[in-house]
Amino acid sequence: MTTQAVVLKGGLVVDPAQGINGVADVRIENGRVAAVGAGLPLDGALCVEVPAGFVVCPGFIDMHVHFREPGQEHKETIATGAAAAVAGGFVAAACMPNTDPVNDHVGVTEEIGRRASEAGLARVYPIGAVSVGSQGERMTEIKALREAGCVGISDDGHPVASALLMRRALEYASMFGMPVINHCEEPSLAAGGVVHEGYRATTLGLRGQPGVTESIMVERDVSLSGLTGGPVHVAHMSAGESLRAVRSGKERSIRVTCEVTPHHFILTDEDLQYDTNFKMNPPLRAVADRDAMLEGLADGSIDAIATDHAPHHADEKAVEFDRAPFGIIGLETAVSLSLDRLVHRGVLSTTRLVELYAANPARILGVEGGTLAPGGAADITILAPETEVEVAADRFRSKARNTPFDGWRLRGAVAATIVDGRVVYANDTVPGAAALAWP
Amino acid sequence: MSTALDAPGTAEGERPEPAPRLRSRHLLSVGDLNREEILLILDSAEAMKEVGTRRIKKVPTLRGATVVNLFLEPSTRTRTSFEIAEKRLSADTLNIAGGTSSLLKGETLVDTARTLEAMAPDMVVLRHSASGACHLLAGVCDARVINAGDGMHEHPTQALLDAFTIREHKPRFEGLKVAIVGDLLHSRVLRSNILLLTELGAKVWVCGPRTLMLPGVERFGVRATTSLDDAVADADVVMLLRVQEERMHGHFFPSRREYFTTFGLTAERLRRARPDVIVMHPGPMNRGVEVASDVADGPVSVILEQVANGVAVRMAVLYLLAGFETNEGTA
Repeated sequence: MTTQAVVLKGGLVVDPAQGINGVADVRIENGRVAAVGAGLPLDGALCVEVPAGFVVCPGFIDMHVHFREPGQEHKETIATGAAAAVAGGFVAAACMPNTDPVNDHVGVTEEIGRRASEAGLARVYPIGAVSVGSQGERMTEIKALREAGCVGISDDGHPVASALLMRRALEYASMFGMPVINHCEEPSLAAGGVVHEGYRATTLGLRGQPGVTESIMVERDVSLSGLTGGPVHVAHMSAGESLRAVRSGKERSIRVTCEVTPHHFILTDEDLQYDTNFKMNPPLRAVADRDAMLEGLADGSIDAIATDHAPHHADEKAVEFDRAPFGIIGLETAVSLSLDRLVHRGVLSTTRLVELYAANPARILGVEGGTLAPGGAADITILAPETEVEVAADRFRSKARNTPFDGWRLRGAVAATIVDGRVVYANDTVPGAAALAWP
Repeated sequence: MSTALDAPGTAEGERPEPAPRLRSRHLLSVGDLNREEILLILDSAEAMKEVGTRRIKKVPTLRGATVVNLFLEPSTRTRTSFEIAEKRLSADTLNIAGGTSSLLKGETLVDTARTLEAMAPDMVVLRHSASGACHLLAGVCDARVINAGDGMHEHPTQALLDAFTIREHKPRFEGLKVAIVGDLLHSRVLRSNILLLTELGAKVWVCGPRTLMLPGVERFGVRATTSLDDAVADADVVMLLRVQEERMHGHFFPSRREYFTTFGLTAERLRRARPDVIVMHPGPMNRGVEVASDVADGPVSVILEQVANGVAVRMAVLYLLAGFETNEGTA
């Protein structure tokens, strides 16, 4: 089946993988990128004018989300999660296995795939569990998970506490080209801490856990990756000490990569009150940690921005801080937050932003996309970097509302999201974006 | 003091002067109070203390007001103290304890609050094991909320009664050396006392094992030490904090014996303090752990005075926080 070819005309195309950063056209045919270049002939294609100032990027990939299905559909489903993803500018999201049951078996993986196809919005890449039930004891059937569609393994939510299991998982998963994504936290050192250890925790009377809780595990994993040659990816990094460990590993050519969330490069423990929408694990850290994250984003030692989108029902969050579940949502705020706080404040360039959101996540997970190179799927994120938005949680596509950013005014918006050459989202609040929604 | 306190002689239905008010609707933290408000509470407590010396220990100040004592964590002295204070002010009181509440059946604190709210109490006194529980309650309640101890966060009325007791023995707070010794990390009493005593101009020292030191202590405007001798030296007040038995498993210190030999207050170690030193403890105390019995029971101990003053201070807080025209509508 062929569909009407389209030429996206006149946008600012930013594709670091091809070294493109300039006004150019993108030709889409049969769901794939056919050509990228200045002044492409229409050649029978539908001409879609990209409004001036809009940026055309390879589709953004969120390599760390929780879609809660199966088992916790009251928080989120794959369909609502995928809708939130495309509304946030993401063409794909990698969903963590801490569902109920845990994605430790091909049956669960296949079910996730089916639900994602039914939703038909974003690509959903399942992450399989490292251990059965994420209990940290017996390794899952990693090859079978791979064949069923998993692109990485992780016991996210729980750290892989056993160094021996981590070693074996790195060795074993590397046979199938899969990274082990670790939630780095030394469980005994965390000691039930719910926030970052420091002055704020003390004044609020909340149990703290220091950044070393994380970095001690990052250092272990860097060492084990060095030992085994298996790629390790540090999930939702929060502490300056962890970044130092990652840099040191990279200097030694160890296959370590890492991601940081928008909340960890924007908020700090100084922002804490008893609002449970500021409770997540790892916790908001000190100003120095936040500043280290910004530095790592700018200098390239951090590989990706991921949201750790963790939906919870409002009732679950409307409890005492200690009793509230960890986690906040992020899919529908991440890109605006990043444009506002990183690009407009001069922390990094748009090119670097695209590396963090597209090129690097694709490379780390070994999935398609991350570039607009001809022949690849036409997965495209279009940004309106100058459009001001106000975060309105009650308008989210996600089922959940647990964000600390509600009401924030930000400069920079997602204009449209295109998956397989199909416009799956056009932002009707962005002037000019409606024109991008061709039939 | 307002005429409300002279009320045993006040004719039924007579409208007393408007009560002085606190800026905040609730007492969630000592941080809600400025210096003037703290002194207002202490001054009011003096008048309240006098009520406790009368043959009929009751004034009509809060007549018609409903106060709910919601104690979701075990407490004897604080709950009793609040209840006596409320009764002396003629409030209608209702006690809900953890063991009898619907929270045991899985009801959330917010739902409990809404249920209570439907019965229109004027004030809720909350004791809870989670820090911030009072903030949560205040966010969903029209009633005024008084924090009677929330987790490791604060215990404002304890700090107020401590200050009241200190003031009965010391001419001024400015320059007073107050050494607070013990399990700093887990103590809500400490947090409230640091805020209150530094606001009043005292020099606060905190002392305890490194494992129980406050993270970020350098930002509290206090001196921190692990040397009990340095903390006690020339102290005007030594305040001991309870060592919480349940914390022993967290590798905080090896044994009660070693704790006592390092941080336990004995008559011998107290000699370094000023001759007119007073020794305080919020209770319940562990004899032979944080304090030797001869000190706790000796002439410098004001521990039982603290308990007695607790009633007067809580009466003052209830009265000032109620802030409404008493006997309203009875004319």
